Amino acid sequence: MKNTIGTVKGHASVLHDDPWSLMDDEALDKSDDQNSRYQILSLESLLALEETGESQQGQYGVILHPDDDPELLLPWLDSLTIIALQFPRFSDGRAYSQAYLLRGRYGYKNDLRAVGDVLRDQLAAMRHCGFTSFAVREDKPLTDALKGLNGFDMIYARSVTHPEPLFRRRHLRL
Amino acid sequence: MYKYDEYDRALVQARVGQFRDQVSRRLSGELSEEEFLPLRLQNGLYLQKQAYMLRVANPYGTLSADQLRVLARIANEFDRSYGHFTTRQNIQFNWIELEQVPDILQLLADHDMHAIQTSGNCVRNITTEAFAGVAGDEVMDPRPMAEIIRQWSTVNPEFLFLPRKFKIAISSSECDRAAVRSHDIGLYLYRDENGEMLFNVMVGGGLGRTPILNELAKKALPWQHILTYTEAVLRVYNRYGRRDNKYKARIKILVKSLGVEAFAQEVEREWELIKDSDAELTPREYQRVAAGFEPPAYEQLNTIDLEYGAWLARDPEFGLWVKTNTQPHKVTGYASVVLSTKPGSNSPPGDVTGNQMYAVADLAARYGFSEVRVSHEQNLVLPDIRKQDLYSLWKKLTKLNLGTPNVGLLTDVIACPGGDYCALANTRSLPVTRAIQNRFDNIDFLHDLGDLTLNISGCVNACGHHHIGNIGILGVDKKGEEFFQVTIGGAQGKNSSLGKVIGRAFRVEEVPETIDRLLQTYLDYREVDESFIGMVNRVGLEPFKERVYKTEVGKTAALSSDTEVNAETKTGVPV
Repeated sequence: MKNTIGTVKGHASVLHDDPWSLMDDEALDKSDDQNSRYQILSLESLLALEETGESQQGQYGVILHPDDDPELLLPWLDSLTIIALQFPRFSDGRAYSQAYLLRGRYGYKNDLRAVGDVLRDQLAAMRHCGFTSFAVREDKPLTDALKGLNGFDMIYARSVTHPEPLFRRRHLRL
Repeated sequence: MYKYDEYDRALVQARVGQFRDQVSRRLSGELSEEEFLPLRLQNGLYLQKQAYMLRVANPYGTLSADQLRVLARIANEFDRSYGHFTTRQNIQFNWIELEQVPDILQLLADHDMHAIQTSGNCVRNITTEAFAGVAGDEVMDPRPMAEIIRQWSTVNPEFLFLPRKFKIAISSSECDRAAVRSHDIGLYLYRDENGEMLFNVMVGGGLGRTPILNELAKKALPWQHILTYTEAVLRVYNRYGRRDNKYKARIKILVKSLGVEAFAQEVEREWELIKDSDAELTPREYQRVAAGFEPPAYEQLNTIDLEYGAWLARDPEFGLWVKTNTQPHKVTGYASVVLSTKPGSNSPPGDVTGNQMYAVADLAARYGFSEVRVSHEQNLVLPDIRKQDLYSLWKKLTKLNLGTPNVGLLTDVIACPGGDYCALANTRSLPVTRAIQNRFDNIDFLHDLGDLTLNISGCVNACGHHHIGNIGILGVDKKGEEFFQVTIGGAQGKNSSLGKVIGRAFRVEEVPETIDRLLQTYLDYREVDESFIGMVNRVGLEPFKERVYKTEVGKTAALSSDTEVNAETKTGVPV
């Protein structure tokens, strides 16, 4: 995928040569290589592959629709290398809760990618909720978007990246 | 009051820096208006008809005298010398330049204030009653819990883009002066027989075009679970609330469609999985926050103050004011004083000038403990006044035009700013407010009527809470003409109810006469000491309808009574 930022332990950098291609019909990115060995499939395609046993070979990821229940992915969480969650509009916040569930409840450890209307000013909140890579909307320069991960990100509540809420750390004056 | 620590300060300061950057990117064109919109809304900035409006948060309506001076300064330096106190206990400034907003936010942050999440589809300012911590009938001070929820919800990353706005109110008094039942989450805080703090959690209330009172979802929730339970409610709402139609996006629609029991079960399942986690509140945190709300150093005063008693006997005007504008205090010899921001037709409800604010701050410092409250009826409150000081305070308030003895009476109108300012309103609520205040300016008549709430909204979005006024007035647009629909029987508090439409709507000039007929009906039918709402509940709408519609109010053509339906076609919706 193009125009993508990755993070390692919270530190962000531009992902040159990101190998993943979105194969989901609705979110299909025409610019991606449809013959890539690294495919992010729709849930339906993943289920179909599972039946033929093919999903054990090659690298697969899956993309969820905002109203999909992340619990459906439980059988594959260890084998999936990447899960993509969608922001149909940046003001649609369902994927934040999906991300929390995948990370905080189901223990998903690999890459969690934000796709769709992904903009600089929401990146810090996405990172808090467990996203580790960001396919930024293609008309937005990554150099600007990176600033979104280096600015204001203070919170009080707990988050995926800060599982202890502030009030449990406050007396330590961290 | 809660005192900011280094973290609170660093957060509001960093937030100003972030928004300053966002404003400059908007001004340079890097951010489109569409992209900028939710960012500015989450910093309290609206675009109104003629200018930007900035809504500043007054958390749970509590301000220090110094903070009020900051608001006064903003009014005088950045606005047209006044501000407007709102039904969410906030203040809004109506004539603001976008370029100046970062400097205003900086000024706020330097005094431990902010405008974060006073708008947008996120958790808004937590409200409570203006007499929290001092009311005679209160179980306990709900403000520490309000502050804890404020912090938890501030920039909570999972819940910044909910389907719609989300309002939480908390009360710890059985008579509920915080209108908790018309909130997305309404909390009632109390103690059990062992002294443990518990919450009754009510979910799914809201006014707007589909007024619904919330319903009990969880009884007797132990206090340390309030954040996890709220988290569970918000997660269920964030995932399943409707996003296809903004008029059906509030949590009340989700609760209504599932039924409160099914909704509560869904929340319960979610809550079971998170309640025993690090998100569980600690006694240490409660104590840390509650320490900020320790009672001030009250003097030991006698129950009866002779001088106060003498003034009451000597000056009937003072007595009238004491009757309506003071509230019983939990400490002997003290009272809470309500400053009416509704002196009559010369000033819109909730509007207070910068100079009045400076003067009120001085009075709070001189007579009280430098604390001021904002009530959701848009008035100001000095919470801790010695009864012996009431007479001299009253004299000063009268000079300031803040001493009108009409709190809780007909002319203590709750009104939205309406079409004079608001881009969403389709009628002007202020002229009709003025017309009513002009017609009913006889204070003895108002006192004879007794407790009576009159709420006015300029459109179906119901910012003036017309549904829960004893008399409610709703402005509706009919082919470019303003009409006003009248409801009666609405109430807030312990016996909350939604008003019912009496019939066809009226032109602005017909409204005062209509109100007069309603009042005459009440006076004819009332039994000893019976309030307006009590009489409506006993007798029903019929005698009112008959009186109002028997002879034509004006000569103008009548509007059919189905204007609610017409109102549905309007597109404006508050953000």
